[in-house]
Amino acid sequence: MAQKILLKNINIPGINTFEVYRQHGGYAAVEKALKTMSADDVVEEVKKSGLRGRGGAGFPTGMKWSFLAKPEGVPRYLVCNADESEPGTFKDRYLMTHTPHTLIEGMIVSSFALGANTSYIYVRGEMMPQIRILEKAIAEAKNAGFLGKNILGTGYDLEIYVQPGGGAYICGEETALLESLEGKRGNPRIKPPFPAIAGLYGCPTVVNNVESIAAVSWIVVNGGDEYAKIGIGRSTGTKLISASGNINKPGVYEIELGLSVEEFIYSDEYCGGIANGKRLKAVVAGGSSVPILPANLILKLANGQPRLMSYESLAEGGFATGTMLGSGGFIVMDEDACVVRNTWNFSRFYHHESCGQCSPCREGTGWMEKVLHRIEYGHGKMSDIDLLVDVSKKIEGNTICPLGDAAAWPVASAIRHFRDEFEWHVNNPKAAMDGNYGLANYADPIPVVEEAS
Amino acid sequence: MSEKVKVTIDNIEIEVDPGTTILNAARMIGGDVVPPAMCYYSKLKGSGGKCRTCLVKVSQGSAKDPRPMPKLVASCRTTVMDGMVVQNITSPEVVEARKGVVEFLLINHPLDCPVCDQAGECHLQDLSFEHGKDQSRYEFKRRTFEMVDIGDKIKLHMNRCILCYRCVFTADQITDNRVHGILGRGDASEIGTYISKAIDNDFSGNVIDVCPVGALTDKTFRFKNRVWFTKPVDAHRDCDKCCGKVTLWYKGEEVIRVTGRKDQYGEVDEFICNTCRFDKKKTSDWTIEGPTKVDRHSVISSNHYDEKELLPVIDRKIF
Amino acid sequence: MLAVKEIKFSTEALKKVDEIIARYPESRQKSALLPLLHLAQAEFGWCSTEVMDYVASLLNINPIEVYEVASFYTMYHLKPSGKYVLEVCRTGPCCLVGAEKIINILENKLGVKEGEVTPDGLFSFKGVECLAACGYGPVLQIGPEYTFYENLTEESVDELLTQLRNKN
Repeated sequence: MAQKILLKNINIPGINTFEVYRQHGGYAAVEKALKTMSADDVVEEVKKSGLRGRGGAGFPTGMKWSFLAKPEGVPRYLVCNADESEPGTFKDRYLMTHTPHTLIEGMIVSSFALGANTSYIYVRGEMMPQIRILEKAIAEAKNAGFLGKNILGTGYDLEIYVQPGGGAYICGEETALLESLEGKRGNPRIKPPFPAIAGLYGCPTVVNNVESIAAVSWIVVNGGDEYAKIGIGRSTGTKLISASGNINKPGVYEIELGLSVEEFIYSDEYCGGIANGKRLKAVVAGGSSVPILPANLILKLANGQPRLMSYESLAEGGFATGTMLGSGGFIVMDEDACVVRNTWNFSRFYHHESCGQCSPCREGTGWMEKVLHRIEYGHGKMSDIDLLVDVSKKIEGNTICPLGDAAAWPVASAIRHFRDEFEWHVNNPKAAMDGNYGLANYADPIPVVEEAS
Repeated sequence: MSEKVKVTIDNIEIEVDPGTTILNAARMIGGDVVPPAMCYYSKLKGSGGKCRTCLVKVSQGSAKDPRPMPKLVASCRTTVMDGMVVQNITSPEVVEARKGVVEFLLINHPLDCPVCDQAGECHLQDLSFEHGKDQSRYEFKRRTFEMVDIGDKIKLHMNRCILCYRCVFTADQITDNRVHGILGRGDASEIGTYISKAIDNDFSGNVIDVCPVGALTDKTFRFKNRVWFTKPVDAHRDCDKCCGKVTLWYKGEEVIRVTGRKDQYGEVDEFICNTCRFDKKKTSDWTIEGPTKVDRHSVISSNHYDEKELLPVIDRKIF
Repeated sequence: MLAVKEIKFSTEALKKVDEIIARYPESRQKSALLPLLHLAQAEFGWCSTEVMDYVASLLNINPIEVYEVASFYTMYHLKPSGKYVLEVCRTGPCCLVGAEKIINILENKLGVKEGEVTPDGLFSFKGVECLAACGYGPVLQIGPEYTFYENLTEESVDELLTQLRNKN
């Protein structure tokens, strides 16, 4: 059985309450950090752990923390990004629902490490039930002396507040989140300055994902070195994977990074194979923005080696044959799924969620959606396919925030790997409306490429 | 104490004060190396970064850290570092990206220049002429908005808007009470007041001057004349609200429009008040300084077509 | 004409308003805008101009700042809606497991188009983007509590509608 860190006690009845959580060793990290460690010690342990941002970008958390500016007399903030909205990702919802104190404990330790006395958890507005759960957990922790003034008699003060969003995917981008938290439209800021220098209210701020913050408690209790032993290479620790789509057992799984993709999809411990006895066609491995891969490329690398669930292995092959771990939103499509329809669907999502601030994203996402809609509904032209590739290139890298890239990649990758399916849609509009292209050769073994000389 | 920093833009070296943006450094050099800017406005704090027309390539970050920047950057919001090397028109990547941005800005623009008062002094016209493709690949219905009345002095034509946010910054920074803003999201964003409300205060007219396109125009000048048939004259008056330095636009003997004085990038030198703009339209209200200096290449400088010079033949299919 | 109901929070809600504003540093009360709009929507049903102006006055900001924000985020209803707004996720993962079918079923059963209100004023439905519950799709949520209904089928949708109707 693989090691569990975040979800270890998830099945214990009442673990969502302070009492039960505490009985099972909860808040030990707060005691250890506040009573025996300095703030810098905590940062050091997190650095040693190799923990990487679990929200999608995979940036080392410890390094992000060490960038935080510490000018005299200026408050610093920790903001937890719980605006989980990346299609395919629902791990934070799961964690906050079932074990909210894991997050609160992590928040206290992380705030201590960063020298923050006020911290916010920005939860997407649609998660009102989770907001209530967190507020209750905060009240319980405060009652027990783990929050408020002079925590555990150590002289450290901390208040944590939960902030609801209003319904906007873009607020998952950290600077848009800060704007939103300031009561404004969720327009991402132009960087620099980065939040570490000027974030919330112009003060130095760290924004971390729920899962990253939750992992900090374990790291403090067990040490960064122990955490770094789990996983593979620079992908240390465990990761929550949200598995959805056409699989037998959709849900949230905690895996040790380095597990093979094949095992994750087919073993009974995880997804339990493709639902209804169908065959695997494609996977979007890290949330809707990452490149989609056909069955053969997701299971194996271009050199025939098995592909692993890790930052590096999933990215192996670059955009030609690889993808990304992203936020761990693992969307599985079976042979009946239509890649064109799915691409159009994602494209509609990004069009809907574009904040409209910068021109390539505002105009380009809508354009791509319209062209994809036309192809899906039988009015496409062969030239549309190249047009989509070109428009996606004109958006990618040219926008203020990564939403532009996130909108461009699914389209570009779908055409890269499933061009024949797009062409089939153009050539057979009627058939495409009634049926679908099926598995074709997407699951065929890939020819092992020769080493490039 | 501030020592100058050296930056190279399209192989031209210049020394500037630390904290200068790439765009402003390029403007100091002048000429073709200046990136176009549709949303940046030097007099408005926080403006810029949105339109993406001023993207440039930083092929060397600084002397200390010579690595190139991974993506194209908005030159209006990126400050120069000592030893930075920037490519604007010498980078095919930049030229291509800019073409893309221009195409994006135009796909939903009504292209109604023949009936637009801004024609002739429109930055989007200049931009598409200088940096755009000769043809759009967009085949869908253009986005339209319902007309919104924002008072008897200013005409809002949302269909033409490129969402540069300049007018919002203007209202925020030089007027007391902002009543208009950006409503909606994504490509449905629009400038508006939400409930029909007149944008009316002493300095509201400046939103007309900062608008790079024909989205905000002067209602008192509406359909009066094409700008290239008018004669701009610099003038001033004693005004208790503003500097009183303006440009008067004459049609024959009649002042048909008053605007702030604009520099070569279309930015006003100083903001003017609504009294000067809308209520002082007699020559006797003003002390005339002389004809406004207008760029020789501007359509405004040529009130007639030179018969000796052949008209340019445009053999490309335009849209 | 209906008498215009005065837009004012209850004493209890006003206490909550103060509590929310106290979460932020001094002069940063605008941060309370999103939570206050949620509160107002729960209390008054939707964000009318009067409601938004009231929120602006509570926070001492220009009304346009509220309009800008309320029109940016999808959760704020700028038009009156049914008592129950059924928000069905329509994004990729949910569609792989039949969300589009559920939307069709709702349209047929309620006899209204997306965004319209049923004649009894009880229901409206709309397709919304990813609700971060992809593993339990198809899903829908109902405000203002945002209760979740997972793994929807034709039968469970039927049952839900009956249940809600019976409450009234």
